[in-house]
Amino acid sequence: MASALLEIRDMEVAFRIGKKTYPALQQISFKVGEKETVGIVGESGCGKSLTSLSVMGLLPETAEMTKGGMLLEGKPLGPASGEEWSGIRGKRVSMIFQNPMSALNPLMPVGKQIAEMARTHLAISKREAKRLALEMMARVGLSRAERLYDDYPHQLSGGMMQRIMIATALICDPKLLIADEPTTALDVTIQAQILDLLREMNRSLGTAILLISHDLGVIREVCDRVIVMYAGYIVEEAPVADILERPRHPYTTGLLQALPGIGKRGRPLYTIPGRVPSLADRGTGCPFAGRCPSATEQCGAVTPELTETSPGHRVRCHLYASGGRPA
Amino acid sequence: MTEALIEARALAKHYPVPKRKLLEKRSVLRAVDGVSFRIKEGEIFGLVGESGCGKSTTGQMLVQLVKQNGGELVYRGRNINGLSVKEMKELRRDIQIVFQDPYSSLNPKKTIGWTLEEPLVVHGIGDKPARRRLVAETLEQVGLDPDFASRYPHELSGGQRQRVGIAAALILAPKFIVIDEAVSALDVSVQSQILNLLKELQQKRGLTYLFISHDLNVVEYISDRVGVMYLGKMAEIFPVGETGSELLHPYTRALFASVPDVSARKERTTLQGEVPSPIHPPSGCAFHPRCPLATDRCRTTAPELRSVGPGHEVSCHNYEEANVTT
Repeated sequence: MASALLEIRDMEVAFRIGKKTYPALQQISFKVGEKETVGIVGESGCGKSLTSLSVMGLLPETAEMTKGGMLLEGKPLGPASGEEWSGIRGKRVSMIFQNPMSALNPLMPVGKQIAEMARTHLAISKREAKRLALEMMARVGLSRAERLYDDYPHQLSGGMMQRIMIATALICDPKLLIADEPTTALDVTIQAQILDLLREMNRSLGTAILLISHDLGVIREVCDRVIVMYAGYIVEEAPVADILERPRHPYTTGLLQALPGIGKRGRPLYTIPGRVPSLADRGTGCPFAGRCPSATEQCGAVTPELTETSPGHRVRCHLYASGGRPA
Repeated sequence: MTEALIEARALAKHYPVPKRKLLEKRSVLRAVDGVSFRIKEGEIFGLVGESGCGKSTTGQMLVQLVKQNGGELVYRGRNINGLSVKEMKELRRDIQIVFQDPYSSLNPKKTIGWTLEEPLVVHGIGDKPARRRLVAETLEQVGLDPDFASRYPHELSGGQRQRVGIAAALILAPKFIVIDEAVSALDVSVQSQILNLLKELQQKRGLTYLFISHDLNVVEYISDRVGVMYLGKMAEIFPVGETGSELLHPYTRALFASVPDVSARKERTTLQGEVPSPIHPPSGCAFHPRCPLATDRCRTTAPELRSVGPGHEVSCHNYEEANVTT
């Protein structure tokens, strides 16, 4: 693997509610290499967005990183290293969100918002910032950039707004772009355009991408590697093609089987029994034990470790604890 | 072809757009602009398209939550425009709808039991014990414990709320249900449970569905035939094949090619541009500015929806000649 751009080491994030703390992320360790594209997939409440917010130092007030740490280019990330978040966000790590309408300032022309990002982080003149912004707008596929520069967000479609967000995020040439469900609010044809754009930006600018999505298909389109999360844990990590062809963790397997599609017509879809445990009832043992068809007594008692079963493929499951095949 | 249970004939809904200047010409937004299709008894008819194509408005016209201002709606061979108030009330028992977000369609101050019982009261069905029994039975049929009747919507998870939404649609024993994006807000593992439930109920009770969704994988999984809408018009209606469907309209092809696939990373030609405004739709075929096959004729004349095979209709000039020869 290339040298790690971002490394998360044994991170734990907990919510404080009243006097109690509830762990929402546990034993999170992964790396994103330079120019690499990594996806995080999981269902609501699995902690995928919380993971990305931690990297940006944007955890909600009630949440706290209780253990572990993050390294960016080998150096501790955030206040731990005496560096201000404002110097990191937008410049070294950027983020785009699901709903560009609420992420853009409705009272400022979109072009100016892109230019402002450049002015904040790079020591350049107003004119230079505008030139850079126009150039970036053209790069992300906004034709007639000159005219759009003075438009306000409400005059733009969802797809165009997401392009503006991407231009804003990339104008300072960050090393890493975090995209949290960037296409979930868009129609499929526009989604395809935005995914193409992300791939193209990764290729031409060399920006590493951490893509958060609930849709494995979206991750397959953009990413090389995928991390599957469940109830605050990483349960599986592997190259995308590998995980889709040979899923190992019972949760990943179930998730893939539950996807509807033309090939599954005429028979009921596979369903994962039960539901995701809430933050309050996450006890000991494997987080998936209660819903797992192959759970044993051991699963309910001991949390399995994330172990490598083949090069680049890691699974958190007792079935693979010995590094081999399931018993 | 067996008799259609419900048929839309050139159904249209135009909304006036408020004037911004005094002397401005009044313009209209053509949300649905002459849509025709027939749904057979026991059939699941999928309706897909992108935001603003008019699929939800079409569904709402079918349950008469929105009144059409053009075209006709025929239920069991009778034009519903001519029905009396009493007959209309009868019809509303037969036709129900399930919405995307059951949280905003359930009254937060009332128990689930109250919500489910109300339609029975309105239609004067049974006495109190009989109604309570029916509520309990219906809850069981959608996979919920009967004691959910005493709970409030906020106590339920998204999947449970959607089950309540389905129970509310079922309680009057309807024949036809419009399912509008009912699984779109759910996680995959819950979505599969709800899809199984809908399919099971359809088979057990012999229901007919109009299944509206933007998720093409879901629609292809569950539907017998699929209608594809673009800018208020029906672009294509095709039967879903066992292994794959034959798609003809250039828009349908582009739409289905855009779906991210877990089994393969596709090399595809992405559809350029965006859907034009329904206030100023393009001349001729609405899709021509984005169509790779557009000709001069497409720019001037709007194509009609024509039959090209069993259960298969296309609205595209490219397939008109083919139709003449067969």
